[in-house]
Amino acid sequence: MNGFSLIRIIQLGFKSLRLHKLRSGLTMLGMVIGVWAVITLVAIGEGASHDAQEAIKRLGAHNILIRSIEPAEEKSGASSTRNFVSEYGITYHDASRLQATLPGLKRVLPEMVQRRPVYYDRFQQDCQIVGTYPFYPDFTKALVVRGRFLTEFDELHRNNVCVLTESLALRLFGHQDPLESQVRVEDQYFRVIGLLREMSGVEQRPQGNEPEGKPLDSNVYMPLSTLRARFGEMDMDSRAGSFKLERVELTQVRLEFASVDLVEPSIPLIKAAMEKDRKKKDYELIVPLNILNAIKAQRARDTRMLLYIACISLLVGGIGIMNIMLATVTERTREIGVRRALGATRGDIILQFLVETLILCLIGGLAGVGGGWGFAWAREHWFHLTTIVTEWSVLAAFGLSLAVGLVFGLYPARRAAALDPIEALRHS
Amino acid sequence: MLFALPMSNKAIIDIRALTKVYNLGQVKVPALNGVNIEVLEGSYVALMGPSGSGKSTLLNILGCLDRPTGGVYRLGGEDVSAMSDRQLSQIRGQRIGFIFQSYNLIPQLNVVENIHVPLFYQGRDIRSCYDHCAGLALKVGLRGRLDHRPMQLSGGQQQRVAVARSLANNPLMVLADEPTGNLDSTTGEEILALLDELHADGRTIIIVTHDPKVALRAERVIHLMDGLVDRVEHHERSMVAAANGAKGRAS
Ligand SMILES: Nc1ncnc2c1ncn2[C@@H]1O[C@H](COP(=O)(O)OP(=O)(O)OP(=O)(O)O)[C@@H](O)[C@H]1O
Ligand SMILES: [Mg+2]
Repeated sequence: MNGFSLIRIIQLGFKSLRLHKLRSGLTMLGMVIGVWAVITLVAIGEGASHDAQEAIKRLGAHNILIRSIEPAEEKSGASSTRNFVSEYGITYHDASRLQATLPGLKRVLPEMVQRRPVYYDRFQQDCQIVGTYPFYPDFTKALVVRGRFLTEFDELHRNNVCVLTESLALRLFGHQDPLESQVRVEDQYFRVIGLLREMSGVEQRPQGNEPEGKPLDSNVYMPLSTLRARFGEMDMDSRAGSFKLERVELTQVRLEFASVDLVEPSIPLIKAAMEKDRKKKDYELIVPLNILNAIKAQRARDTRMLLYIACISLLVGGIGIMNIMLATVTERTREIGVRRALGATRGDIILQFLVETLILCLIGGLAGVGGGWGFAWAREHWFHLTTIVTEWSVLAAFGLSLAVGLVFGLYPARRAAALDPIEALRHS
Repeated sequence: MLFALPMSNKAIIDIRALTKVYNLGQVKVPALNGVNIEVLEGSYVALMGPSGSGKSTLLNILGCLDRPTGGVYRLGGEDVSAMSDRQLSQIRGQRIGFIFQSYNLIPQLNVVENIHVPLFYQGRDIRSCYDHCAGLALKVGLRGRLDHRPMQLSGGQQQRVAVARSLANNPLMVLADEPTGNLDSTTGEEILALLDELHADGRTIIIVTHDPKVALRAERVIHLMDGLVDRVEHHERSMVAAANGAKGRAS
C-alpha cells in the first residue's frame, strides 16, 4: 500500500462511518469518556497534590516541629481523679538542650498556646493565645498585613502588646480600626500593634484537640515572656463537661536547619535529646519533609490506581468498539465480497476495517483530550481549584486509545478478511 | 473503440476434468463432475442449464473467486489451481471483470467511485484516473449521474455502473452471472447491447443465463447438466451479427 492509497482508505473509512452517524458517535463516546476521565482525574489529583506540597513547603522542608501531646495514661487518669493537674510536654530545658546539641540548627522557635476568651468592648471571642518570639512571621512565612509584629524589646520588657490574626480582628472589631486599641484577657489589657495573616493551612489548625466549629485562626500573638508572666503555665481545659488543669511549658517548638540535608540525620538526635530524663511519651515529631515525601509517594500510588481505572474504562470502550465493528463486518459482508471479487487482497480488507476502528478511536481520543482540557480549564478559571493537565496523561490517554483501536480493531478486521469471497457475495 | 484488443485464436481458458465438491461436514455435494472446456480469446460464450446444474459454480471458478476441488484450470496458459489467495486477488483485479445479477455496487460510494474500485486495489489514485472512470460511465450512458449514489439509481442504471466497473481495469475477460435476471426485457436488452459492444472490442465474454434469447447473442452456448457439459451449440458468426442488430462491429 503506498501513501495515497492510505489516504484514500482513510477517506473511505470516514465515508463508511458517516453512513451511520449515530452509531459511530455512540461508539466513539466510550473512547471520549475514557480519555476524558484519565486526563481529568489525573489533572485533579495533580492539582490537589500540588496544593498539598505547596502547603508543606510553606511549613518548611528544612524545619522540624516538636509538639507537646498529652500522654494517653494521663488522659484516662484525668477522668477518674477529677481535679488532677496534668503536667506534660516540652520544657524550656528540652528546648535549650536541643539548641545546644543539634548540629546545623539555625533557629529554635518556641510557642506556648493557651485557650482563653478575648474581649473588646462587649464582644468576646474564644482564642488561642500564642506566646512566641519576634521572628515568628519570618519563620512561618506569615504576613504582617498592618502595623508591626512583636520585637525583642517587647520580649525583654514583657510588654502588654499583642498582634491579632486578620480574621479575628474582623470578628472582634468589625470595621473599627483595631490598631492601638486595647483588648482584655482576664484582667489584663493588651495593646494591639499589628495584624497578621497566616499563610499555611497547617498553621491554622488548632493545637491539640479543639472543640469543633471554632474558628481556626483566632490567634492572639504576644511575647512569650509576657504570656508566662501574666498567665503562668496553667491552661484550663473544660471540654466534654470535665474540668481539668494542664501545665505545659511549651506547646510547640520549631527547629530550623541550615539545609534540607540536615533534616533526616537530625531526627534520631532529637529523639535522643528528648528521651533523656523522660518517662512518658508526651511529644511528637512532625517532619514536613517526610510528609512531603509521603504525599509524593501517595500521589504515585494514586496515579497508578487512576491508570488502572483508566485502562479498565478504555477496555470497556474498546469492547464496545469491537462489538460494533463485528456488527459492521456482518452488515457489510456483501461489500467485502464485492471488494474481494474486484481484486482486494485480505490485507486490503484488514487495513480498511482497522483504519475505520482507528478513526473512531482517534477522533474519540481527540474529543476526550479536548474535553479533559476544557474541563480542567473551567475548573481552574471558574472554580479556582488547582487543576494541572500533565503532558504524560494526555499522551498516555491518547496512546491507550490508539492501542485499544489496534487491539480491538484487529479481530473484526481479520474476521472480515477471512471471509470466503463467494460466501460473502452470497450473503443477503 | 476505446479499448480494442487484438484478436487471436489462443485459448484463454482451458479446463480439464474440473470437479467441485462442496463439503458440508457430513454431506458432500458434488457441483461439478469433470468439466472440459476451452474458450478462445475474444469469444462470447453463454452457459445454460437447469437450476442447480453448476453454472454459477463454474463461473466462480473461472473468475478465480473459488478453487476447484480437482482438475486443471489454465487461465491464459497459467495454472490457477495452485495459486495463493494473494495471486488470485491480483488476477481478479487485473484480468477479470465481474457483473452480478444483483449489481453489487458499494452503497457509500458514488457512480465514479464505484467504477474506480478495481483500480483502487491496483494502487491507482482516483484523481489520476477520474477521466477514465467518468469516460466509462458516459460510455454506458450515465451522463449526468456521475455523483449519484447507487440508492439514487434505477436497477438498469445500477447494472450499467456494474458494466462500467467491470471494464475499469481493462480486463481480458468479463464474466456475467445472469446480468439481466433482475431487469425488465427492454433494460435487459440495453445491458446485453453493452456486452455486445465489449465483445466487439475483442474481449472474452462468458455469460450465465436462463434465457435462450440472451444465449442467442453468444457464439457458443454450453449446456450444463448435473455438473457435466451436456452439449455445446455453435452459432454462425452471421447469426451473431444478426442478433447484434446488424451493428456491423463483429469484425
Ligand atoms: N456454498 C455451497 N454449499 C453447498 N452446496 C452448494 C454451494 N453452492 C452451490 N452448491 C450446490 O452446488 C450445485 C450447483 O449450484 P450452482 O449455484 O452452481 O447452480 P446454478 O446452476 O448456478 O443454479 P441457478 O440457475 O439456480 O443459479 C447445487 O446443487 C447447489 O446446491
Ligand atoms: Mg446460479
